[in-house]
Amino acid sequence: MAKVKGDIVIDIEKCKGCEVCIAACPQEVIAMAKNVNGKGYHYTETVNEECTGCANCAIVCPDGVITVYRMKN
Amino acid sequence: MKELKLMKGNEAVAEAAIRAGCDGYFGYPITPQSEIMEYLMYQDPQKTTGMVVLQAESEVAAINMVYGGASCGKKVMTSSSSPGISLKQEGISYIAGAELPCLIVNIVRGGPGLGTIQPSQSDYFQSTKGGGHGDYRLIVLAPSSVQEMADFAGLGFDLAFKYRNPVLILGDGVIGQMMEKVELDEFKPRWTEEEIRRNTPWSTMGKLNNRERNIITSLDLDSHKQEKHVAHLRDKYLEIEKNEVRYEEFQCEDAEYLIVAYGSSARISQKAVELARAKGIKVGLLRPITLFPFPKKPLLNYVGKIKGILTVEMSLGQMIEDVKLAVECKVKVEHFGRFGGIIPTPDEVVVALEKQIIGG
Amino acid sequence: MSDIVTKEQIRRPENLVYSKTKLLTDKALSYCPGCGHGTAHRILMEVIEELNAQEITIGIAPVGCSVLAYEFMNIDMQQAAHGRAPALATAVKRLMPEKIVFTYQGDGDLAAIGTAETIHACNRGENITIIFINNGIYGMTGGQMAPTTLPNMKASTCPYGRDVTTMGNPLRMTELVAQLPGVHFVTRQAVHTPSAVRKAKKALRKAFDLQKENKGLTFVEIVSNCNSGWKMTPVQSNKWMEENMFPFYPLGDIKVDGQLVK
Ligand SMILES: Cc1ncc(C[n+]2csc(CCOP(=O)(O)OP(=O)(O)O)c2C)c(N)n1
Ligand code: SF4
Ligand code: SF4
Ligand code: SF4
Repeated sequence: MAKVKGDIVIDIEKCKGCEVCIAACPQEVIAMAKNVNGKGYHYTETVNEECTGCANCAIVCPDGVITVYRMKN
Repeated sequence: MKELKLMKGNEAVAEAAIRAGCDGYFGYPITPQSEIMEYLMYQDPQKTTGMVVLQAESEVAAINMVYGGASCGKKVMTSSSSPGISLKQEGISYIAGAELPCLIVNIVRGGPGLGTIQPSQSDYFQSTKGGGHGDYRLIVLAPSSVQEMADFAGLGFDLAFKYRNPVLILGDGVIGQMMEKVELDEFKPRWTEEEIRRNTPWSTMGKLNNRERNIITSLDLDSHKQEKHVAHLRDKYLEIEKNEVRYEEFQCEDAEYLIVAYGSSARISQKAVELARAKGIKVGLLRPITLFPFPKKPLLNYVGKIKGILTVEMSLGQMIEDVKLAVECKVKVEHFGRFGGIIPTPDEVVVALEKQIIGG
Repeated sequence: MSDIVTKEQIRRPENLVYSKTKLLTDKALSYCPGCGHGTAHRILMEVIEELNAQEITIGIAPVGCSVLAYEFMNIDMQQAAHGRAPALATAVKRLMPEKIVFTYQGDGDLAAIGTAETIHACNRGENITIIFINNGIYGMTGGQMAPTTLPNMKASTCPYGRDVTTMGNPLRMTELVAQLPGVHFVTRQAVHTPSAVRKAKKALRKAFDLQKENKGLTFVEIVSNCNSGWKMTPVQSNKWMEENMFPFYPLGDIKVDGQLVK
């Protein structure tokens, strides 16, 4: 069976850099970016390909800025 | 067909509200107006018209129930007496700010504080100048008979919805407790949900797919928008002042002197006018029916025609300020009043007229 | 088949597993980074969406940080005076029993200034859902002591810590209202971890299902962080919450089917 493949899309302009998603990700996929967004917040970005699409990060993101995809097979 | 009944003022306003298609009453007991809720509970209109009647835990809760109901475009009302109306001021301010229609009845008793349970007119300032915080006005109707207590329920709802503004019926213990014959309107059906959605497109009855969500709020953190909103309120109040002034004149055609009085003081003053006329004093009575909007122009028209005005109020003198403003201080205006729950006699009014206006 | 999958292949509509509900507007939330209000808003709107109840739901916003909840929830909403939301909700539900009605209130709003409105709506068994966000502090006004502030916890109006001998003990409103016969379902939840959020959402769903069945008042407390008021980072505050708030405000159901379970 192929490994579950997931991916997330972060709306970086709405991210407030609270890091709650980082603590929630079992795969350590997410980290803070060096740059800041239009509102002056450091935003998050994905740093590896280990995402399983479990949606933990999206579920705890207070600002609802994460969209999650998961390959079915 | 109209129906004739012998009723107390408090019962009349309650019965008339049911007949006007009122959807909900929320109140808290206080003398001298508890008969309003008692009458409604006894009639149990939920079973006939579907009107909700609920005894709240406080006046604060009652007025906020009115706020919630009015937000849904429902015809809702509350009633109380002075100390309770003070508690309601928070909610009234929110309702005025959010531009919602509702009917409030104040059967005034003497204050300040717990004061007395006897009749008084000492809530004039509170009723006509805002009452709670912020720049707002209520439409204030002052009944002087049981018939008007009944009539103003329907009129009150009409004005409230026409202007999206709270309407206050300002009575007092005399009007509330007095029994008189009253002609009652026929029953008007309550609005259906479709009618409410049509008549109040701003109401929060659930966001249908074919429209944006509705929000009822009095908050605007953007001061520029808030200034615009308050300016809009001002324009609305000016419109109300233009269209809705109501007053009555009695024996004013040849008057050299004028008494200005509202509510039960107007009844006493009418008697006083008759007594004074019998003595040869040419005096008339102007009775403001709306206290906001105040009949400023009709009063101004008397400048140059009369020699003096006596205001008769059951207070230290509150309406007198509006009378002085109305005649632009071009006529002598004096106040006569009893207070603390004492009702003046017509004789006392005639003596005051002779001493303070004719002799003075 | 090759093991290499491109991001474009993954990010296809058919692979979508989570996105923000349409019942939240596109407006950026006004809350501080990491504040639980946002998560609570989202799961609340997800539940209304699942129930397909957008057209019949009326929400009442409080005075507190979530005063602007109506900017974010894409349903008809009313903004109450401080503490009065249960009174508004009472009238809305009484006048329109077929609608779904909820209040969303902070701890200052619900447990201090609005104590009477809360207890009496509960005691009358109004068929509404009260959502109670307990962060142990007055967030909006800058971190003053709330009725829920823990013993010895610091706030701007108890800078040396809450002294229970002069400032009273923290009030467990949720346990208090659970005593009332009119209240059908009472639970305490949190929204700081994925599993907590999933449970909290289930609890909300249950509360609204019960409202639809006219079971009486349903009450969902969400213990939440106020990292600004607590003066911590969001991640620190969530940890502090687990260590300090949860022992005093234990998570779980308190009343189910009208019966106390704790
Ligand atoms: C009558 C009144 N008193 C005081 C205030 C000021 N005020 C605004 S929000 C608030 C406290 C809110 O705290 P809470 O309910 O705990 O909500 P949070 O902001 O923590 O989410 C206070 C005291 C007000 N708006 N109205
Ligand atoms: S939880 Fe959301 S807002 Fe916070 S850092 Fe992660 S993506 Fe950004
Ligand atoms: S979906 Fe799961 S694995 Fe992927 S980034 Fe989010 S938390 Fe991590
Ligand atoms: S002050 Fe506290 S409760 Fe308010 S938004 Fe910020 S973190 Fe949330």
